[in-house]
Amino acid sequence: METFYSILPELIRIVICAACGAIIVFGNALVMGYAERKLAGHIMLRPGPMEVGFHGILQLVVDGLKLMGKQLVVPAQADKPLFMIAPLLAFAPVFVPLLVLPFSEKIQGFDLDVGLLLILAFASLNVLAILIGGWGSNNKYSLFGAFRSVAQNVAYEIPMLISLLAIVFMTNTFSLRDIAAAQSPVWFVVLQPLAFLIYIVAMVAETNRAPFDLPEAESELTAGFHTEYSGMSFSLFVLGEYANMFIVCSIATVFFLGGSSGIPLPYFEYSGAIWFLAKVYALMFFLVWIRWTYPRTRFDQLMNFCWKYLIPFSLVNLLITVVMVKLI
Amino acid sequence: MKSYFSELFTGAWSLIIGLKVTIKAMFRPIVTVQYPREKLEITPNYRGHIDLVKDEESGSHKCITCGSCMRECPSDCIVVDGEKREGVKGKALTVFTLDFTKCSLCGACVEVCPTDALDYSNDYELAGFTREEFHFDILKRLEERA
Repeated sequence: METFYSILPELIRIVICAACGAIIVFGNALVMGYAERKLAGHIMLRPGPMEVGFHGILQLVVDGLKLMGKQLVVPAQADKPLFMIAPLLAFAPVFVPLLVLPFSEKIQGFDLDVGLLLILAFASLNVLAILIGGWGSNNKYSLFGAFRSVAQNVAYEIPMLISLLAIVFMTNTFSLRDIAAAQSPVWFVVLQPLAFLIYIVAMVAETNRAPFDLPEAESELTAGFHTEYSGMSFSLFVLGEYANMFIVCSIATVFFLGGSSGIPLPYFEYSGAIWFLAKVYALMFFLVWIRWTYPRTRFDQLMNFCWKYLIPFSLVNLLITVVMVKLI
Repeated sequence: MKSYFSELFTGAWSLIIGLKVTIKAMFRPIVTVQYPREKLEITPNYRGHIDLVKDEESGSHKCITCGSCMRECPSDCIVVDGEKREGVKGKALTVFTLDFTKCSLCGACVEVCPTDALDYSNDYELAGFTREEFHFDILKRLEERA
């Protein structure tokens, strides 16, 4: 009994963290789903959703209800266990990285020494989910989408890791809180502009968004890996995608944009989260903006760009960083 | 090696130009018309289904019940009938119906009409649940307009 009481505070902490994670995942999907459709509309000189609620603000709630009410169709020839487990695998791991993100100096689930490694490990599970979903659907479009996703994600993870590694060399830590704290005078985007650019490009590719949305290129692959998914299993993929966007943008904020630093507000240990979220959503706006600006790249261009430009540049950047760290 | 870098810079520059185009578009007023709430002015030249022309002098139609339109119609969708009345020259129009489900909007009836009693209407919001809704009573439509 004594041991139970000793771990009780930690248990409560875990429950609260998980609940907050769920709120962030679903709230973010609602906000981003609406913002994306509105911004897409205005970029195309049309108003976007307008009918449900004031300026269509309840559209995503209605869409969510509709998706929940829909039938889950499993294709007759599909590999049923794999088919059903793939959306869960795409959705469930997104909660873990949220636990280690430092939203402000004191709002953080757990400050792990290996926070970055944890995030990257769980973020790459998404590839597995897409591969399983594409394979389990027993549909040629799904399978091609899954193949592309794996090739693309494996390739773009390398420049992403190397560009983040340059920051890790400068700060000597994997802990996200320490990395955010290390940029109190100067944000790392000033010291590492090349790494920031490389990270931004790799981030778009990692989240499978346009112009790198080849896994779901609708003009050639119907809907790619989620062609056969319907109802809630489809919406889990979408929720996972938006949550992944939030996570990669948060990493960019922590590593390059100074985390929660900004103009001081009252109770800054907590209210720094406002700056953190403002930076994250500014990056998300950028992601939406480029999605509705650029046409989809061809697959060979995508691979060429990664292997010929991003990886050499990130390696050179890492080398220069290492030399500078050694010298200074 | 030179082309490697020049391609990178021209490519990056073109991306920035593209972003500039879309951010400007984002703040431009929307151009789409929100249909059920806003409607575009329809041109008078629009050729909808036929309607009887209102004669300004008599306040009624100009149809003399000759039946040319009925005979001319390739789809047999017009029915015209009249009766002889006391004190009225010629036949008085009693029935003028159009089966719009069969009408091909060819306009032969309007062309053949000797008194120019027919014209195209400007109605374009034509949706219905039953086929009977498209059996128009053209004479009644004229009376409703009058």
